[in-house]
Amino acid sequence: MGSSITQQIFQQIVNGLSLGSIYALIALGYTMVYGIIKLINFAHGDIMMVGAYAGWYAITVLHLSFLPALLFAMVACALLGVVIERIAYKPLRNASRIAALITAIGVSLFLEYGGMLLVTAQVRTYPPVFPETMYSFHGVIFKYGDIVMLLTSTILMVLLHITVQYTKMGKAMRAVSFDKDAALLMGINTNNIISFTFAIGSALAAAAGVLMGVYFNTIDPLMGIIPGLKAFVAAVLGGIGIIPGAMVGGLMLGLIESIVSGLGASTWRDAVAFLILILVLIVKPSGLFGKNVREKV
Amino acid sequence: MRRNKVVLGIAVIMLGLISGCGSSAAPAASEEIKIGGDLELSGGVATYGQSVLNSVNLAFEDQNKKGGVLGKQLKFITADNKSEAGESTSAITKLITQDKVVAVLGAVTSSNTKAAVPVSADNKIPLITPTATNAEVTINKDGSLNSWVFRSCFLDPFQGKVAANFVMNTLKINKAAVFIDQKDDYSKGLAAEFSKVLSGAGGTITDTENYVGGDKDFKSTLTRIKASNPDVVFVPGYYNEVGLIVKQARELGITVPFVGGDGWDSAKLPELAGPANLNNTYYVNHMWAEDPATKPFADAYKAKYNAEPDALAALGYDAAEMLIAAIQTSGSTDPEKLRSALENTKDFQGVTGVITVDPKTHNPVKSAVIIKLVDGKKTLLTHVNP
Repeated sequence: MGSSITQQIFQQIVNGLSLGSIYALIALGYTMVYGIIKLINFAHGDIMMVGAYAGWYAITVLHLSFLPALLFAMVACALLGVVIERIAYKPLRNASRIAALITAIGVSLFLEYGGMLLVTAQVRTYPPVFPETMYSFHGVIFKYGDIVMLLTSTILMVLLHITVQYTKMGKAMRAVSFDKDAALLMGINTNNIISFTFAIGSALAAAAGVLMGVYFNTIDPLMGIIPGLKAFVAAVLGGIGIIPGAMVGGLMLGLIESIVSGLGASTWRDAVAFLILILVLIVKPSGLFGKNVREKV
Repeated sequence: MRRNKVVLGIAVIMLGLISGCGSSAAPAASEEIKIGGDLELSGGVATYGQSVLNSVNLAFEDQNKKGGVLGKQLKFITADNKSEAGESTSAITKLITQDKVVAVLGAVTSSNTKAAVPVSADNKIPLITPTATNAEVTINKDGSLNSWVFRSCFLDPFQGKVAANFVMNTLKINKAAVFIDQKDDYSKGLAAEFSKVLSGAGGTITDTENYVGGDKDFKSTLTRIKASNPDVVFVPGYYNEVGLIVKQARELGITVPFVGGDGWDSAKLPELAGPANLNNTYYVNHMWAEDPATKPFADAYKAKYNAEPDALAALGYDAAEMLIAAIQTSGSTDPEKLRSALENTKDFQGVTGVITVDPKTHNPVKSAVIIKLVDGKKTLLTHVNP
């Protein structure tokens, strides 16, 4: 087989980017919700899991192809996200932040074990949706699925960027994020904007869930826990609340994990990810893209 | 008003407690023999637990149709250990202390069985694991015997040795990489013996890597294994991870053979890995469904469950039959008599071969088979005697 060192490095980069794009998609949802209502939505990883199951259902039961299944899962999770926000978080809008955080953990457990009750703990396999074509470029091997995954996540991130920066809804989102009360005074329906944010964030998580199912081939009701936490690390690494930060943080985390495994310390991979979280919080809590914002008086 | 609610709440809870106690304290009918099953019915290796459950039910139902044992009907009571060691301890405790079973069958994996061993010893109830292949299940680290534990399967060192000899003598390969589930005793046991035998016979281990059960992304580590240029990769893991490992390895262009142990034996494996990716893979197993000694059982199992029995099912059946035989020879359900009958099991005709229990180690002496996967289907390659 004879892979040279450079080949190995590039192969690890391909591996890392595939993993990182999933983290990035989940991290975006975390960051958007945090940016708007300062809530760390710990149920986000589990929404991803629901998305993976919705996609699985669409592919195996409804016999949809990849793109319609992806859309199906995204719409289903967008609705779920809005429902969760309306039922669980909205009544706590003015409560202390710790109350909302604990509720988020409750929602997370509800989704995990409710899911287990509904679909059983049995691991399910995604049917192959992509051709098993493999491309070799100077000894670096990537498959059709890798490319689709990177493309899908890039397109979704670009769409998100356009929505946030150039649409009226996006402008309203940024306004709410900047100052909720002032936005309300300007005639922005903040409740709708918050729901919209949850819908988008959850849809992105669903996309990540479907991609993960397709990529790793297996889904189970607890699949959201670790990627959810990793995506949280990615969001903090990039600067929580900052959208480009989540993208960069996700990709970086994927690469770092790949490199750690590539150096032969695969069992340390998770430990390193959380070590990064601790280091970021100690050294630069605002994250890579964060600016030091003076406390408003 | 508020106080009323509190009082009502307490009353409801009390009522629940009382009725709960009432139902569990029902007297045991003396016409039946209760046998417990500490099994993996959900979680990571749920298909194993299900296979054992199916085959034990098959064995007990057949026996009950023939009039049961000692004129009593056998009743199988199961507790789900969720494929976790901690849950396994509580499952067997519940079976022994609440359900008052006379013997326990299970658990499936070595780690979960080890977690159940102390409970069976403390309560002096025989435990027969159909499938825990780790050496330390019956013999402690200090060499002492866990006298209440038995099994119907062969051991990790034997499997590791068979795999290493197969690689060297049949595949004619002596450069192997090893990929171990770092969290599992079974995986570590097989890998240790494999490496020892291979290196002892002049082979080389090009790379030893670890993963943690439950991982999904193995590509980075596999890239590393690929770079070490092995001619074969030994993956002594369970089907969930093995399926993903083989799939991702083939996607990275690793075309060399993969070899594993009985943890591969699941109908889910081709689903997870993709049938074509499993070509050029081999594993050590307990039985081959088309063997003359196995076929009647395999046919009965297929007729009842509409599925091919895997090795776990066959071993579960043998464990159940060993227990039935022990109850018959000892003529009672007294735990101490059962224990002694199990210890003296000799030339027992099981569906996975002829089983003789070694009284010094409680390990059976029996043969192994090597299965070759062709487009996801199992084919027999060879029999290996101890």
